[in-house]
Amino acid sequence: MKAKIIITPKKAVVDPQGKTVQGALEHMGYQGVGAVHVGKYLEIELTGTDKEAARQQIDDACHKILSNPVIEDYRFEIE
Amino acid sequence: MNFVVLQFPASNCDQDAVHVLKNVLGHNACYAWHKDTSLGDADAVIVPGGFSYGDYLRTGAIARFSPIMQAVQNFAAQGGPVLGICNGFQILTEAGLLPGALVRNRSLQFRCENVFLKTENHATPFTQTIPQDKILRVPIAHGEGCYFADEETLAKLNANGQVLWRYVDASGQATEAANPNGSLENIAGVCNAQRNVAGLMPHPERASESLLGSADGLVIFESLVKWMGAKRAA
Repeated sequence: MKAKIIITPKKAVVDPQGKTVQGALEHMGYQGVGAVHVGKYLEIELTGTDKEAARQQIDDACHKILSNPVIEDYRFEIE
Repeated sequence: MNFVVLQFPASNCDQDAVHVLKNVLGHNACYAWHKDTSLGDADAVIVPGGFSYGDYLRTGAIARFSPIMQAVQNFAAQGGPVLGICNGFQILTEAGLLPGALVRNRSLQFRCENVFLKTENHATPFTQTIPQDKILRVPIAHGEGCYFADEETLAKLNANGQVLWRYVDASGQATEAANPNGSLENIAGVCNAQRNVAGLMPHPERASESLLGSADGLVIFESLVKWMGAKRAA
């Protein structure tokens, strides 16, 4: 199994990276860019077979270490 | 007084801190390695600057789970004073010992320069000997020092006197131009509700001898020494 985790800055947190990328896209002539948010993508390879147990474990890890709930949101899927 | 200065892989201000505590102030100061599980007979703990664990994942995120940090959690819970400087501040917020978080500088630049600090609360172990109205000139060196907390936390910090320092200009005004990283309300340093854990992005240990251009930072360590002396006498 594999956990695919996406971590993004919370809306209330200023995201200067996203703003800079947005500026570059506009400068390059790409139309219709409303906003850019730069986050992180993690892939965790899991050796077990119990999907529900993996889900709980990944959720716990996301909350404790992989993201910082003060400034980031996360979502993930197990496949 | 016995100071313990933590060392993580890629800490780089640990020796500066020990130098100030030992050679400038004349106290005992020793290191505790990140794999250690005890702080020995520490009276105070300094979490120094650097790039612990390469700043991987987030600044301070991995250091916060190292064995020595469990000892720091226990030490802080018993009222022991803990000061986090720069990366140390980031580690303490990740550890939940201080409120808020430090994120990428709004300018996206790594800023390495002198800043001016106004002390907002003089009734803490870290600030009590700082003269009223004294503006401290201390250097910063960071890329991720933009202080963030949600509105509710920020209101609480202000109401409880937990904002210890703000970035100001030379005349003491907290202007946007004086804010080097985009921190909310120019916040440079905060403490916990119990007042025994504090963190700041600027480096007082790099400004503790006039030979280095400023000795303004020394007063923060002197405050801590005075507070510990009073605590010991009590």
